[in-house]
This record gives sequence, C-alpha cells and structure tokens, in this order.
Amino acid sequence: MIDRTVPATQRPGPAHGHGTGPGDASPVLSLQGVHQVFRTPRGDVPAVAGVDLDVRPGRVLCLVGESGCGKTTSARMAAGLAGPAQGSVLFRGRDVAGMDRRERSDFRRSVQFIHQDPYASLNPVRTVYSTISAGLRRHGLVGDRREARRVTAELLERVDLTPAEEHLDKYPHQMSGGQRQRVAVARALAMNPEVIIADESTSMLDVSIRVSLLNTLGKLRDELGVGFLFITHDLAVAKYFAWDGEIAVMYLGRVVEHGPTPRVVNDPQHPYTKALIDAVCEPDPDLAHGRERIRLRSSEIPELTDLPPGCDFHPRCPLYEQGDCDSVRPPLVPGRDRLLACHVVNGG
Amino acid sequence: MTDHIAATPPAEGPLLSVRGVDVGYRTGRRKQVTAVRDVSFDLHPGQSMALVGESGCGKTTLGLGLLRLLPRTGVVSAGEVLFRRKDGRLVDVRTLAREDLRRFRWNEAAMVFQGAMNAFNPVLRVRDHFLDTFRAHDGGRGSRARHLERSAELLRMVRLDPGRVLDSFPHELSGGMRQRTLIALALALRPQLLILDEPTTALDILTQRSIVERLAELREELRFAMVFITHDLGLAAELADRVGTMYAGRMIETGTTRDIFHRARHPYTSALINSVPPVTGDLRVPESLPGGPPSLSALPPGCSFAPRCKHAVERCGSTRPTLDVLRSRPEGMSHAAACLRSHELFAEGVTRD
Repeated sequence: MIDRTVPATQRPGPAHGHGTGPGDASPVLSLQGVHQVFRTPRGDVPAVAGVDLDVRPGRVLCLVGESGCGKTTSARMAAGLAGPAQGSVLFRGRDVAGMDRRERSDFRRSVQFIHQDPYASLNPVRTVYSTISAGLRRHGLVGDRREARRVTAELLERVDLTPAEEHLDKYPHQMSGGQRQRVAVARALAMNPEVIIADESTSMLDVSIRVSLLNTLGKLRDELGVGFLFITHDLAVAKYFAWDGEIAVMYLGRVVEHGPTPRVVNDPQHPYTKALIDAVCEPDPDLAHGRERIRLRSSEIPELTDLPPGCDFHPRCPLYEQGDCDSVRPPLVPGRDRLLACHVVNGG
Repeated sequence: MTDHIAATPPAEGPLLSVRGVDVGYRTGRRKQVTAVRDVSFDLHPGQSMALVGESGCGKTTLGLGLLRLLPRTGVVSAGEVLFRRKDGRLVDVRTLAREDLRRFRWNEAAMVFQGAMNAFNPVLRVRDHFLDTFRAHDGGRGSRARHLERSAELLRMVRLDPGRVLDSFPHELSGGMRQRTLIALALALRPQLLILDEPTTALDILTQRSIVERLAELREELRFAMVFITHDLGLAAELADRVGTMYAGRMIETGTTRDIFHRARHPYTSALINSVPPVTGDLRVPESLPGGPPSLSALPPGCSFAPRCKHAVERCGSTRPTLDVLRSRPEGMSHAAACLRSHELFAEGVTRD
C-alpha cells in the first residue's frame, strides 16, 4: 500500500549513495528492529522477533540457520514483500513504509529477489526474452523491441548464458536447472539493482553448477558493486560467498551471532553456530571419522508458538547451565569482533 | 583326532552381484533411451557403497533397477542382478516371478525413497504403515499386538517416541521425524540390504547430522549392507566404505572412500570433489565444472565426459575407455577408473593423490 500522507521527499543525498571504501560504506538497505508475527488458529507465531541487519554496496551479508528460524521472512521484509509488524526497513535511509509512489517504484527496481526454485519462479509459457524484458519494459528502461532484445542478450552474456542468441527464444522447460537459475539472475540484473536478495538460490542445484553460479554472483558483487543479502543453510556456501562479508546466524527469529565471516566460521562462539559448523559433512573420510562430535541435548527444534523461557536454545544447548539460561533471554551484545547472544560464553 | 574342529564359516561371497546391467526407458512407440549402461559391481555383506554423480547420471535409475521398482516405462534390459538370500540361495532379481519378487522386496532388500513426505500414504497413521508392511510381507504371521510391539521397538531404534509417533499422521511429523520413521519402516523385516535414495537431502543440517549418525550406528548393530545415492559428497565420505562415481549412465570410477577422496583417478571424480567448498580451514576456491552431462539419446562416441574434460585429447573423443582396475583388492574394494589418460594424468599430478 502506498502511504500518501507522507510528502514526497527528494532522493537522498550522496551520503546515502554508493560508498567507495568497502567496509565503511553506509548501508543501502537496513532492517531496524523488525518483528513479524503470523496469526494462526493455534496462536501467534513470532517468526522474526527484533532483527537488525545492514546490507552495504558490494558486500555480502549472509543469513544462516535451520528452517523456521526466520531467514526467509526477514528477506521478504527486506524486499518489501511483507511489511514488518514492528520496526522499519530503510532503503538509502528512507523508511520503505513511508515512501510515495515514485520512491517505491525506485525501491522496487533497486532491490531484486532471486527465489530458491528456478522451476517455480519462471513462467513456463514465457520465453527467456519475454521473462527478462518484462521488467525492462515495465520500468521504461528500453525503447523498442530491438533494443529490448539487445539489452536482454547482453544480460544473458553477463550471467554466462552464451551464446545469448541461442537462449533468447527458449522456454524454461528447454533449459536445465542451472540455466534457469541464471535466467532468474539475469532478470534480477535487468533492473540494475543495488541490492540482490538471494533466498537459497543455489541449494537446488548440483554441486558442479553451484560453484559456477556463485562465481557469477560474485562477479556482480565485485564489478557492479551490488550488495547481497544471501540466505542459505549451507555453511560451506556461506563461507565461500561471504568470505569478505558478514554472517548472521539466526535461531527462532533472532540473530544469535553476527560478525565477519572468517571469524564466525573459523572460530564460532555461540554453541548453536558451533553445532551447525560441526554438523557439516566434510568431503574427506579421514576428517569425517576422526573428529569428536558436539552432542546436542535434543535434536528437535522447539515450536515457535511455545518457546521455552530464557534462552531459546537452552533445551538443546550443550553449554546449558542452570540459572540465567532458563530464565533470562540473553541480549545480542557486541564483543571484541562480533555480536553474540549467550550467557555462558559472554559471561565466561 | 580332535573331536570338534572350529567351524569356520565358508567364504560367503558377495551379497549382491551386479553383472553388466543396462536399464532403459521407453520414450516413444519404437524409441528407448538407455539410462544405465553396463554397470557391474559386487557388494559384500555389511558394506556401504555410495553412488555419486550429478543429476541425470543414472544413480536413482540404477538403485530402482536393483529392486525392479522402475516405473512402467523402465526395464532392466540386460545383465544379471544376483542376490544371496537369507537362506543362502542365489537368485537373479531380474527373473524372479511376481510372488517371489514380492517376498524378496523388504524381506531381503528394502528401499528408503527420496522425499520422505511422498513415501507415506497421507491418510494413514504411522501405525497402519507398519501394520500393513508386516501383513503384506511377513506372510500374516504374528498378532496385531506383536506387530505393534515390534513397530515401537523399531521406532525406538531410530530414537523416536513410539507413543507419539505411532498415532500420528505423516503430516504431523517434522521432516527429520518422517525420515527416521521411513528408515525404521525399511528395517522392519530385517533386510540384508538397504537402498537409500538421497536420504538426507532437504533436511536441516542438524537433523541431517543426527540421521547420519544413527544410520552409522544402526549399520554397526544390525550389519545390513547399504547402497546409497547422493549428490552430497560429504555424506559419501562419512557413511560409505566405498564409492562409485556415475556419469552419463556408466560407472566411471569405483574404489574405497579413501581411493576416491584422496586418490581420485578420473578427472570427473576429481572435479566433483574439488567443486565442494570446505567449511573448515582457510578459504579454498572451489573449481567450477561448467556444462552438464550429455543427453542420453546423443552420447558422444568416445568418453562421455570428454566434451567437458579439461584434459581431453583427441583419442578421448573417439575411443571409449573401459573401467580398468588400478589397484586390485578383495571383496569388491578394488580401485578402478575409466579414463584413457588416468596413468598420464596421475604422473603429471593432475588427479589428486
């Protein structure tokens, strides 16, 4: 819905535009204390409960966690596909909820979403050309059909679908999963976005194709300065793609650990992050058999409608201590090199 | 003369012996594609073998073919699938008559299908799935109470609470619980062989971990053999004793898990392993392997992998390599690879060691 009570403002000044230095550039897209609650017959489900995240130009912010931890809901709020129940989503410093029609159209163009399943996200009766050029035409970025075809072909080349001419008039069913996902990337790229939100975009693909798609996305990040909100449950993928960026680990709607990728992956502090990294199957038989595994107290994730008191993770946590863990929810506090929410680690 | 000699069990030989198996699918009135070509391997009792490869390489087709569970258009068109039954008789699964086949499945070899939700009947409670299995394959022996007791025991074996699970419908269980239930169900009649198709795909990582560990423990306890199909090489490294790499319907490399992960001699196997980014240690840039497997109806004349292979030379495009044994070991644990240049590439240090 467009809120017309807020007067149209000028586009934000250069302070909110593309930064030059990678680390200190101001965020293009921010989530500030966002909450999302789904009302169901069985009670309210607090899918996301107070999350703060910043996406900066040319940088990757990776969200990891198990299903149901609120990764996708956070991404949908960041893309403006759902409004937060509390808190705000800022695009170039402007609250998305208070945008007028023109600003909103600009936001829609600048923040693009790539879905998980390329079999479901492409319209089966549209050709590749038709799919990719729809946005170009809608936003008036191309003049005539010839230009649209030329721009579409360029986009296909950018995502390594070459020769582009061969692919322009194909239908999705004539392409493999990896090729379809590249079409989805090209469609997002057509809008010249500042931020791409990728929700498990590589998890349906074969290992061999996964790496080349990640490399294509990496090229967009490095050459075009696109900021990424990258969602995955695969920590190896997160580590590879977000090595120069940050990882935020979510558990039951909250961020429990958030810091630079090399620190979080190579030296995890939160017991949940440790368990996640420990659970990865490594393609090395000696490594796999030689190591001592972390034992969780329970393998089942609690229901969101019936959260435990205190720390959400305490029923499964191997570091659980009686006292604060089962009575007080640990706040996400800044430490030496990261944000961390754990009584035991922060206290010790 | 000593009156009792230590009874050494006779050398048993393989549990499953696959000999030159082809599996084809009918695609039109007179047309058919061969999805699996000339696959041979021996699986000895208690062994765990992983079949790896990209989608469309024939892994699932081979798995289904071994139990004759192919869809109606599919058929094992050549070869033998010899299986040593519990009573010691050797049977060819390909020629089993209908009733024998029904008795063979589940009692001797069971399958855990991909996608735990679709493998259940959504309108039956878990309890009825167990009861039906016992009724259909156990020849109607035993009472209902006895069967329920056995079901509860099986569920406890996979660390589930039978009181809660038995009365639930499949949709009331989480993905991990469904997958465990499916494993319990597959083990219901104590089969000697379990075929698992992507047993942990689509599960969360912590759930995946607990299933992997439970499967490894169960195999220790119950000594069944496993063939599992996966595209997750980490899982293969962890659960398998030996690995077979499949490409375009053929087995192109087979060996112990160490052979494959430390000394892969086929460029495709190396490329697959190198394309997985590791989670421990510093950043290693994974190799990408562009393109995809060739269409099964238009295979290249020589090595099927040649068009994508960085090391291909002219003769790779015309001569088809055979699966040659590189290091011979007993019990089907030999290391073999189908690559014309495997010795040269090994000498050049291209394939890993």
